[in-house]
Amino acid sequence: MTQALLSPADAGTHDGADAPGTLFRFATAGSVDDGKSTLVGRLLHDSKAILADQLESVTRTSTERGFGGDDGGIDFALLTDGLRAEREQGITIDVAYRYFATARRSFILADCPGHVQYTRNMVTGATTADAVIMLIDARKGVLEQTRRHLSVVSLLRVPHVIIAVNKIDLLDYDESAFAAVAASVRAVTADLGLGAVHVLPVSALVGDNVVDRSPRTPWYDGPSLLELLESLPVVDEVETAIEAFRLPVQLVLRPQGAVAVAPEDADSFRDYRAYAGQVASGTVRVGDSVSVAPGGATTVVTGIDFAGIELTEAFAPMSIAVRLSDDLDIARGAVIGAAGTLPESTRELTAALFWLDPRALRPGDRTLVKFGTNTVQALVAAVTGRLNLDTLELEPAGSLEVNDIGEVGLRLAAPLPIETFTENRRSGAFLVINAQDGATLAAGIVTGSGAR
Amino acid sequence: MRAPRVNAVTTATTTTTAMTSAPPVQAAGSHRLSQLDVLESEAIHIIREVVAEFERPVLLFSGGKDSVVVLHLAAKAFWPGKVPFGLLHVDTGHNFPEVLAFRDATVARLGLRLTVAKVQDYIDDGRLQERADGTRNPLQTLPLLDGIAAGRHDAVFGGARRDEDKARAKERILSLRDEFGQWDPRNQRPELWNLYNGRHTVGQHVRAFPISNWTEYNVWRYIEREGIELPPLYYAHEREVFRRDGMWRAIGPVSEPRPGEAVETRTVRYRTVGDMSCTGAVESDAASVAAVVREVALSTITERGATRADDRISEAAMEDRKKDGYF
Repeated sequence: MTQALLSPADAGTHDGADAPGTLFRFATAGSVDDGKSTLVGRLLHDSKAILADQLESVTRTSTERGFGGDDGGIDFALLTDGLRAEREQGITIDVAYRYFATARRSFILADCPGHVQYTRNMVTGATTADAVIMLIDARKGVLEQTRRHLSVVSLLRVPHVIIAVNKIDLLDYDESAFAAVAASVRAVTADLGLGAVHVLPVSALVGDNVVDRSPRTPWYDGPSLLELLESLPVVDEVETAIEAFRLPVQLVLRPQGAVAVAPEDADSFRDYRAYAGQVASGTVRVGDSVSVAPGGATTVVTGIDFAGIELTEAFAPMSIAVRLSDDLDIARGAVIGAAGTLPESTRELTAALFWLDPRALRPGDRTLVKFGTNTVQALVAAVTGRLNLDTLELEPAGSLEVNDIGEVGLRLAAPLPIETFTENRRSGAFLVINAQDGATLAAGIVTGSGAR
Repeated sequence: MRAPRVNAVTTATTTTTAMTSAPPVQAAGSHRLSQLDVLESEAIHIIREVVAEFERPVLLFSGGKDSVVVLHLAAKAFWPGKVPFGLLHVDTGHNFPEVLAFRDATVARLGLRLTVAKVQDYIDDGRLQERADGTRNPLQTLPLLDGIAAGRHDAVFGGARRDEDKARAKERILSLRDEFGQWDPRNQRPELWNLYNGRHTVGQHVRAFPISNWTEYNVWRYIEREGIELPPLYYAHEREVFRRDGMWRAIGPVSEPRPGEAVETRTVRYRTVGDMSCTGAVESDAASVAAVVREVALSTITERGATRADDRISEAAMEDRKKDGYF
């Protein structure tokens, strides 16, 4: 059933920018006024990622606003604060995505807001990040918002954490001042169980250690921020490759008469049936035994299709379609996994929630939860605690308010093959959704399930 | 009125049909994907999610390169089946004739349904009025919203990219719009992991942007890799043009030089394709897709900055249009 296809001759023309492993996603975090947008602007400017017309526009606006006095300074925050309200108020409200490339890598940058009321947007930026750059104002040290964002980063298992101690120029590049801030933030990251954390002194305004290593911090012998970003491994290579194969089924491809292939090939697709989805983790090969949830049936992969190309294997995060040897009842919401690795389905779980909605969550509330391609009703059985951002310990709580990080017990209307976020970062992540108005209420990660 | 004259110097390598493709590049033994493969799989995942969760999706299809790429991705997402949704085009009445011809040929070749909402109809019966500056881009919003309502579409795919504009840089991949099509940038839903929340209430719809994370360079690399056919004006050709607002404007029925604007024949191409009355050409010798890829890689000016008069109205021109229901 191969389709007449052209040879992949163009594949040979790929240059470095399209080499494997060259797309890296990172997000900024930190309290308001720590200089996130300025750092991002500096990074883009000094890595020559700002095009002439953008620079001209920002320079013109900066001058109109009297920024930088007579020296022609530029308000770098204008590069990412793209909304009218942001420019008027001088704050970041929502995530701005920027795209730039160096000779070594292409980057997707999520510049996130620092205001506590926009924590939902910071969580948005952090869920897809390979790395988070946490800014700290060297003069202020660790603040509540620093702790909140580091807690988010820790619970979301963001693979790489970079602490940029900013405004070091305002402390005259004093090594001991940097060391004091570095020690206090390391105490927090150790409490949170964050592993390798990179701490570096920067000045976003002046450019020290952003792209080039600064001669004004001779006591710092580590890499610049950009050097770090160019060298850290990508999350899908780090994590999902070693996890078990999981394919949440998005839909069943069963074209019957409505085929898009050449008429002479149409007959061979009359009984075509494949299960389409994006590989969430691990690797699958033709001939592999797989199990299916719900139901637990076991079968064999007879083909992996990618738009007319037959593959011998596929891995995260590829969007594929698999054909199976048995005719099973598989629909959207099913999960196909390496045989024997899917957990028993359960209706009970405990989870950490990042509560993002102004309406509080209370025990007894009914919501929807979305796991992969499955949306089911859920009942809040218990609110078991809220994270105290000073002690970083769980304290008793009767409800979760906006921007709280808390732990809850949930009961689901249908059993799902639930895994903890530690076991599988895709299967263990979910949305909490308001069933009436559809609002996304919380980001959830599974901490335990009733099946074990 | 002068007749438009268009001489294609060279057409691009358009021998392949749009819906065939090279396989994802897999380095032997290495479980790593190239940048284009990651972006392609992300887009296909988004397209499949929207088709699975919505009743009546539609794709905004102008024949421009970004919507052509989204259609190509949709064809790959549902292979060997047909693309399971129709197309909608808002025709300003100022579109380039060769782009409309390409649009219609593509629709016919793939056997798709196309609905065209015409700004001209609205002007003719008085529902819209021509603007003093002659541009019709802002006038697209009403026919667009009517088209969405008439088709009872609950999801509308678009080829918008975040690298195009600083307001677009802020928009979610699935962007909720109210019954007036309005975008509320201060109150967007969190968008977490690759879990897209498409729930909406009656009257609301969702705009879905599968290539949000692609840059102009990614799009051209993908067009090159996949052998995707485009309207010929994306490649260098000779055209009669005149200079206005720092851009080369084509001569056409709705784009005529004013006194003092000298008409010249130049070798140009288009980086974006929109309303003729506000889309400019750039001087270029890039007559093949490979040459365009090289040109885009070296460009020192953004594609909209180079070619769109409508975005020069103010710092927040795009944001204001989006709040009013624009794509």
